[in-house]
Amino acid sequence: MSDPSGATPQDTPGAPVPEDTAGVPEAASVPAQAAPGEPLVVMKGVNKHFGDLHVLKDIDLTVHRGEVVIVIGPSGSGKSTLCRTINRLETFESGSIEIDGKPLPEEGADLARLRADVGMVFQSFNLFAHKTILQNVTLGPIKVRKQSKEAAEKRAMELLARVGVDHQASKYPAQLSGGQQQRVAIARSLAMDPKVMLFDEPTSALDPEMITEVLDVMTSLAKEGMTMVVVTHEMGFANRAADRVVFMSDGAVLEQGTPKDFFTNPQTDRAKDFLGKILTH
Amino acid sequence: MSTLFDQFDVWGAFWMTIKLTVLAAVFSLVIGTVVAIMRLSPVPVLRFLGTSYVNVFRNTPLTLIVFFSLIGLWQTLGIELSAQLSVNAFRFAVIGLSVYHAAFVCEALRSGVNTIPLGQAEAARSIGLTFGQSLREIILPQAFRGAITPLGNTLIALAKNTTVVVTIGVAETAYLMSKVNEDAADQLTNVFILSAVFFVVLTIPIGLLTGRLSKKLAVKR
Ligand SMILES: Nc1ncnc2c1ncn2[C@@H]1O[C@H](COP(=O)(O)OP(=O)(O)O)[C@@H](O)[C@H]1O
Ligand SMILES: [Mg+2]
Repeated sequence: MSDPSGATPQDTPGAPVPEDTAGVPEAASVPAQAAPGEPLVVMKGVNKHFGDLHVLKDIDLTVHRGEVVIVIGPSGSGKSTLCRTINRLETFESGSIEIDGKPLPEEGADLARLRADVGMVFQSFNLFAHKTILQNVTLGPIKVRKQSKEAAEKRAMELLARVGVDHQASKYPAQLSGGQQQRVAIARSLAMDPKVMLFDEPTSALDPEMITEVLDVMTSLAKEGMTMVVVTHEMGFANRAADRVVFMSDGAVLEQGTPKDFFTNPQTDRAKDFLGKILTH
Repeated sequence: MSTLFDQFDVWGAFWMTIKLTVLAAVFSLVIGTVVAIMRLSPVPVLRFLGTSYVNVFRNTPLTLIVFFSLIGLWQTLGIELSAQLSVNAFRFAVIGLSVYHAAFVCEALRSGVNTIPLGQAEAARSIGLTFGQSLREIILPQAFRGAITPLGNTLIALAKNTTVVVTIGVAETAYLMSKVNEDAADQLTNVFILSAVFFVVLTIPIGLLTGRLSKKLAVKR
């Protein structure tokens, strides 16, 4: 999947690993994930401040190819900031972030290229308000990936069908429900064939009856081997789809583990306290 | 009334006002957009230049700007835009009107940009659009739609402000009135009423059109 022009020697530490398509029934509709298990996103000692506020404290986090990582923690603990630093919507002061073996570029065209490989789904959907659903999905492929309009539209319609909003293709975002908009946002990200997708509380702006339709799409992506970092408090989804849960508090990663271990046997007092609060809701 | 039309080139004056309005509108839209882009850009030097532009031209009286564009650029610096004196003055008038109203166009556009939620630009960046692409595809189209009403106000102000260029002798509507005042004072009331009607007829459609457009093109959120 990696851009051939960006193929540097350190991209290929071993022999090229054949694509693992076993257990990936719908692989055609999702970018193929080469070499599962390799580190894809590597954060080392990342620190970030907003003024005096130390929002990210020495974050070390590695996300492997095909892995689904849930980030959980109290409000204000830095989960959104963590997501946003990974595709550099936020800068950071020290430490390093590598995506697929390449450090995050500072600015300019290199950074734009990197962002194209990192999908981002926002809490508030952020569909382009003046463009139709179809245009929302084709804009990136046409402008960034330089696909033809026809090819981009064909693929966009496939992706829209996949997330169940193909009948709304010619409408504008404001005409869709929140759940539909968020599914379009996922399709818009998928259209770029991202190496990894970041979800920042994708269901917390949705009415309860729409949460399931979005989580279902995300679960199927996870099953197909998409690498995902998901900030969410949806425990059902975490149990179903996640390989690992990362617990953040006050800008630091306090503990991590499998969903089962974390939810049934949290180690730190803060995690216990936090789980107690969200479970009693 | 008919003596007015016999003695003076009334239609010529009105036509001159229309030409000044249309040309200065086009140029000020272009310049104002460029300045707005500078003010939005991530490059501090460009932002500073853009801000300075607005501060200088918005806060200087239009009469001075128009006067300077002719006296300063032409007589002092020797820049000539046409060998024909009247055409030369007309072109400098368009320049003066354009650079002045560009400052207001820029601010109108910025008010349009402020109607756009931050998430739009972030979504644009996150799919890999460059700064220029996200400006062209996402920010400016939404900014223009959100700025139609203030842009209309600027356009209306521009149409009326063209009367200022009488100071450098461009034969537009205010020039006509001063000529009538000098040469046929008995026609003064007539030319005043006629000019007032002319400006109303010129500006009301601008207001109606931009009002309708701004409703029709409003970005639903
Ligand atoms: N742009 C910003 N400027 C200043 N402070 C910010 C900004 N964004 C977030 N913060 C602060 O950083 C902390 C972490 O925020 P965030 O990453 O949004 O937390 P979470 O997503 O876990 O709720 C909070 O205290 C928040 O107020
Ligand atoms: Mg958050």
